[in-house]
Amino acid sequence: MKAVTVTESTRLDPSATPPSELVPMRHSGRALAALVILVAAASLGYSAMTNDNFEWPVVWEYLFHPEIMQGLGTTLILTGVSMTLGIILGIVLAACRMSENRVLSTLSGAYLWFFRGTPLLVQLIFWFNLSALYPRLSLSVPFGGPEIAGAATNGVLNLWAVAIIGLTLNESAYMAEIVRGGLLSVPRHQSEAATALGMNRWLTFHRVILPQALRVIVPPTGNQVIGMLKHSSLVSIIALSDLLYSAQLIYSQNFRTIPLLVVISIWYLVCTTVLSYAQSHIERHYGRGVHVGVQRPGGLAKLRSLGSRLSQRSQSNDNPNPA
Amino acid sequence: MSTATSAPGGTGASTTDPIVRIIDLHKNFGPVEVLKGVDLEVRRGQVVVILGRSGSGKSTMLRCVNHLERPSSGTVIVDGEVIGYRIKGDKLHELPPAAIAKQRTKTGMVFQSYNLFPHMTVMENLIEAPRRVKGVDKATAMEDALQALEEVGMAHKADVYPSTLSGGQQQRVAIARALVMKPSVMLFDEPTSALDPELVGEVLNVMKRLATSGMTMIVVTHEIGFARSVADEVVFMSEGRLVENGPPSQVIDAPVHESTRTFIDSIL
Repeated sequence: MKAVTVTESTRLDPSATPPSELVPMRHSGRALAALVILVAAASLGYSAMTNDNFEWPVVWEYLFHPEIMQGLGTTLILTGVSMTLGIILGIVLAACRMSENRVLSTLSGAYLWFFRGTPLLVQLIFWFNLSALYPRLSLSVPFGGPEIAGAATNGVLNLWAVAIIGLTLNESAYMAEIVRGGLLSVPRHQSEAATALGMNRWLTFHRVILPQALRVIVPPTGNQVIGMLKHSSLVSIIALSDLLYSAQLIYSQNFRTIPLLVVISIWYLVCTTVLSYAQSHIERHYGRGVHVGVQRPGGLAKLRSLGSRLSQRSQSNDNPNPA
Repeated sequence: MSTATSAPGGTGASTTDPIVRIIDLHKNFGPVEVLKGVDLEVRRGQVVVILGRSGSGKSTMLRCVNHLERPSSGTVIVDGEVIGYRIKGDKLHELPPAAIAKQRTKTGMVFQSYNLFPHMTVMENLIEAPRRVKGVDKATAMEDALQALEEVGMAHKADVYPSTLSGGQQQRVAIARALVMKPSVMLFDEPTSALDPELVGEVLNVMKRLATSGMTMIVVTHEIGFARSVADEVVFMSEGRLVENGPPSQVIDAPVHESTRTFIDSIL
């Protein structure tokens, strides 16, 4: 009988040497899927471009309209301030929640229960109407005693204050859980090592535990920032002129609803894109000293690595004999 | 001094004075009694090796010395200071955490799992506590750190992150990190147990050199060879009690107690 050469098999004759050339697995399905999606996207883009109801000339007209720009500014400030305060308060709440002190952990738990348990929109309207509940805000002796200092609620809380308080208190409740998850991810041994070196609890927390926890905290926080950018549009309900409210003001007069919504969607997308990019940079910073699982570089990362390779090449060209 | 517990004449004591005194130490974890009354004295410059099965309470005892564990009862005195408490009349009052933190600078501790701070370089690991706890200025702290790193043979790795080092190298850095605080006593909690066998030697060598330089050391370990050649005193613990202690020639080579003998036989 003639020996049959097996051309495709995982078996190898004990005496034979395996071939040395490796052929990676081909993903032919992916190319096909990409093609289908490209065609679908192109047709969707074409229909958007040719559908007159989008009124693209109106979109371009209002894209940099002063009122839209002002609304964008309001949205960005609101997001920045509320998020910063929310993160700080969230860290405090998380530290309290994990404290051995029963009073602090219970208080923190009750706070989370309330602010995560009621809708943000309801909270905003509630703060907006606080003057109906308490016409005067005052510091006074408890249980109806004399007033020490006080002012009319509407005088203290303007629209900005209401919006920032509403967004911050709600955000801090979510941030507290994100921070707590991050703190729990740091091995207990780390705080022991810091303690054994004589570091007190505050030093241990902010020099050893928190920086390591941030590696875990940053990605979901990026999510929260992007969420906040969009949730802040809820303040349009209390007539604070953010991006959405500015657009609403314009289209309530000229009835160009769709193009103005397109305008603000473009701005929201621009902002979230910039924020996502910033997030990846911050993640890299807090990942220092840790071998994070190798990530496949995305488009931007590939561009960056190409750029750095090119610049290295030009540097080595400048200096043909490096030391 | 932040506390009123420093013994009169604490400095300039002769070498025969105990630098660590453990008196009738008890420790419960819930219903489990891990330490059932341990007494131990360590004199300045002495190297004491603690042997015993896992679960015998040796690590717990070590962790009571720097108050990482709070004793259920009993007293620990380091360099004349009662750790964790203030004597007021005939009672011991618990110290606030900040005061205990200050007391811990008298003891340096080396852990089984090294516990270097992964987000800091080797140099940053070493200057963190001196700068922030003792208030040493950066230049001095870095000088001290480099010297300590040289002592453990790791000066060439000052600027790398711990994750790039082998276990043995990380442990040597951890020893240096404890040394820069200039402690009176060094506590070693199974410093070589997590290491690959070929890396154990480099860490033990650093510890031997440290012992030769006159450092007071309390070492929990399973390295009988190290105990035999370096220890001034070997302590055998079993079930939360100190069963036998004496020079290595006695405890290791001619143990009196049955439990010591079975343990030594099982690991030799």
